[in-house]
Amino acid sequence: MDGQKHDRRAGPPRRGFTRRAFLKGSGAVAAATALVPGSRAEAQETGPKIYGPGPVPIRLRVNGEDREVKVEPRVTLLDALRNHLNLTGAKKVCDRGTCGACTVLVDGAPTYACSMLAIDAQGREIETVEALGPDHPMVQAFVEHDALQCGFCTPGFVVACTAFALRNPNCTVEDVNRALGGNICRCGTYAGIREAVVEAARKLKGGANA
Amino acid sequence: MRPFEYASPATVQEAIDLLGPTWNDAELLAGGTDLLSLMKDDVVAPKRVVSLRRITSLKRIEVTPTVVRIGALVTMEELTQAPEVAAKFPSLVIAAGGVTSPQIRHHGTVGGDLCQRPRCWYFRAGYGILATGADGQPLVPRGDNRYHAIFPEGNAYYVCPSSLAPALAALEASVVLQSPEGERRVPVEEFYRIPRTNEEREYVRQPREVLVAVEIPNTGLKNATYEIRQRQLLDWPLATASVALRVDGGKVVSARVFLGHVAPRPYRATAAEATLMGAPLDEERIAAAARAAVQGARPLSGNQYKVQLAATAVKRALSSLI
Repeated sequence: MDGQKHDRRAGPPRRGFTRRAFLKGSGAVAAATALVPGSRAEAQETGPKIYGPGPVPIRLRVNGEDREVKVEPRVTLLDALRNHLNLTGAKKVCDRGTCGACTVLVDGAPTYACSMLAIDAQGREIETVEALGPDHPMVQAFVEHDALQCGFCTPGFVVACTAFALRNPNCTVEDVNRALGGNICRCGTYAGIREAVVEAARKLKGGANA
Repeated sequence: MRPFEYASPATVQEAIDLLGPTWNDAELLAGGTDLLSLMKDDVVAPKRVVSLRRITSLKRIEVTPTVVRIGALVTMEELTQAPEVAAKFPSLVIAAGGVTSPQIRHHGTVGGDLCQRPRCWYFRAGYGILATGADGQPLVPRGDNRYHAIFPEGNAYYVCPSSLAPALAALEASVVLQSPEGERRVPVEEFYRIPRTNEEREYVRQPREVLVAVEIPNTGLKNATYEIRQRQLLDWPLATASVALRVDGGKVVSARVFLGHVAPRPYRATAAEATLMGAPLDEERIAAAARAAVQGARPLSGNQYKVQLAATAVKRALSSLI
């Protein structure tokens, strides 16, 4: 039983009691209980260190900053970002590496944050949609080309599109079609997204040369 | 996901020392694209997860005059970008490129592709690899089997999900497995087996073994893969064919034809191979080989369509070599 189950059952926000605050609170209780069995790391004499199953301190480099969190090894990068680092841009939708809503960059590569353990992401450069900001050419292009409707898939798309555009500055609409196979938009805003990527790719290239 | 211990060894030897005698003791983590989903769905629940990501020796592609050795941690993206692979084994590059999600291609590895567990929805829903009902009988033949095997074996109706296995099998590649007893090589063709119980795995790798590399002999075979899929993106193919052959004096002198996603293992279409042998590779012969490839298919109630798809995949893979 992990955090996601509580998440789904948490229900609508109540007065004076936000859903996020509730999640943070319940996470703290879970962490405190799990501390009791503790880490077995001390018992081991040789070979690589064994961490967990209780919470262990880890260091993640996120958006250019070193951040320390204490999480169980089973916590995904996505849950660490959303529930521990308050970076809620990456969305938890399928949680099975299928929909792309949780896409972040890890060492520059588009990555399903739901399919990477936080503890396994140590020592890598993690960039989330928050690092791009509202003035980023890809974000601007999404707005201009009406590349979103409900917007829930958008952060994942923006990150995946940026990763692709940086590698393919002269891409065509057909290239984009194939390159975005890892993200799904159920509103069907693909037409706008394709145009946004082609335009932003050229701007990003110009920006890099400037 | 159930709690587990985590370790990140720096060498294969250290990784082996962290593994246990059963699958419940430890699982190996490479790209995580399959393992994390399996753990979230409680299909596997290891006490320990051993991450391979620090083991740099597994990330190399080495080319010798006789063999191309691809480390288990080489990603699908790296495989599609490697000129030394593309020049000799287009079949493999097409198969790797068929994994159409860039997120999966950047993290999914060669070893992970070979060791990923089947996508059979009964297996993923907790009914076991043989998808057995409460009455002890297999669920697939009487259930929704539209994506299942047209060449089932025994009670195994799932299909081998690996993208690379059919191409590697056609190219006569081997996997290199390292264990406390040392190193052994197993032809990819023999890497998969039919589990006798739901507790057994569908591959011959043992709980204490690490798949460290695949080795493809440098035999100069002409090779190709053709995949047929329902959607252009994101999904596993419905049927694939990988072929590797040698043509000498205008005639086929050796042929290997493997089908993917139609059987619990990469399916060797021996009848298609026999059809090709000793004849020129022309349209007529290719059509005959495609028909022969699906001889003996035993489709289920919902996957008759796969017979035609498999034949077409063979035809198109072979046609791309003319």
